[in-house]
Amino acid sequence: MYILVAGGGKVGANLARLLLRAGHEVTLIEQRADRFQALETEFEHVVHRGDATELFVLERAGIKRPPDLVLAVTGDDEDNLVICQLAKEKYAVPKVIARVNDPRNQAHFDLLGISPTICATSNIMGLIEHEVPEHELVHLLELRNENLEIVEVQIAEGSPVAGKRVERLELPAGARLISVTRNGESEIAVGSTELRPGDQVLAILQPGKEDELRKILLKQ
Amino acid sequence: MKAIVIGCGRVGSSIARQLLSEGWEVTAVDEKEDALARLGEGWPGEFVLGHGMDVDVLRKAGIEDADAVVVSTDGDNTNIVIGQVAQKRFANECVVVRLLDPARTAFYRERGMRIVCPTETAIEFLTEAVRSCEVPAKAEVS
Repeated sequence: MYILVAGGGKVGANLARLLLRAGHEVTLIEQRADRFQALETEFEHVVHRGDATELFVLERAGIKRPPDLVLAVTGDDEDNLVICQLAKEKYAVPKVIARVNDPRNQAHFDLLGISPTICATSNIMGLIEHEVPEHELVHLLELRNENLEIVEVQIAEGSPVAGKRVERLELPAGARLISVTRNGESEIAVGSTELRPGDQVLAILQPGKEDELRKILLKQ
Repeated sequence: MKAIVIGCGRVGSSIARQLLSEGWEVTAVDEKEDALARLGEGWPGEFVLGHGMDVDVLRKAGIEDADAVVVSTDGDNTNIVIGQVAQKRFANECVVVRLLDPARTAFYRERGMRIVCPTETAIEFLTEAVRSCEVPAKAEVS
């Protein structure tokens, strides 16, 4: 594959190295002079100097071919957005991947149809929620295109829904239970499934419904 | 009529003052408090402190019912993103965006933003100024 990597910081440089080692053709673009010099020692002709949001820089790096993949991994979300938008819409690059530095900017990437994105902060936060037990509602998966997410909830001792059947729960609109895991065995949640303390429940819901779901499943 | 001016440097602050003097209701947005000084003493319009990429800041500035949004920070890419947020997320029809890079103006004009490129303007005016020089050509002088 021919892959264009915009941004030669730690992320971009390491990606370029791995991709080259995997046998791909790579062009790396870096703007800062000092950083570029350091990269040139290792990457030689693979690295180009310039602002990857400027058309002539992108074109010099071969964006008109176009590349099979553009990775926008600078430390600037605005730049990553613009690079991906130009790649997709102006140069018909079939696939882009963008790095999101500030998770608050995720919505802008979604708005402009830039997907997939990767945000280290959000990922670490997801891990924290998964690893630290006092977070009773864990985000497992975000289905961004569908505007849905999958969460895991542990039914606590004394939960108001313990002993209730799924059909009797007053779940918020836009939320459904998927499965119930008990003693390591999982089954699809149907109306007659009874919830018990200690159950791990998977639910699918629209973002923003977490609080309502939490209230119904977890409130003491 | 209500206008929001995002990015209140030399350009933004002048636009804000001009629009205000023409009877617009103006809210200026800048991430630095110093920007308020540029608007002049006793600025009678609104001022919201914060970054234009922050949707809460835009809402606080009243983007939802603004008739015009002017995006004039010192970063082209920041302006492009904020302009599209105003246009697509908040359905503003009059989004005026300052873009210094002339190579990208066409691409974003096609996307419905009113792109103003000071570089393009400077090139035009400078070229025209040369064309209209009424001095004899050097060959004739010597």
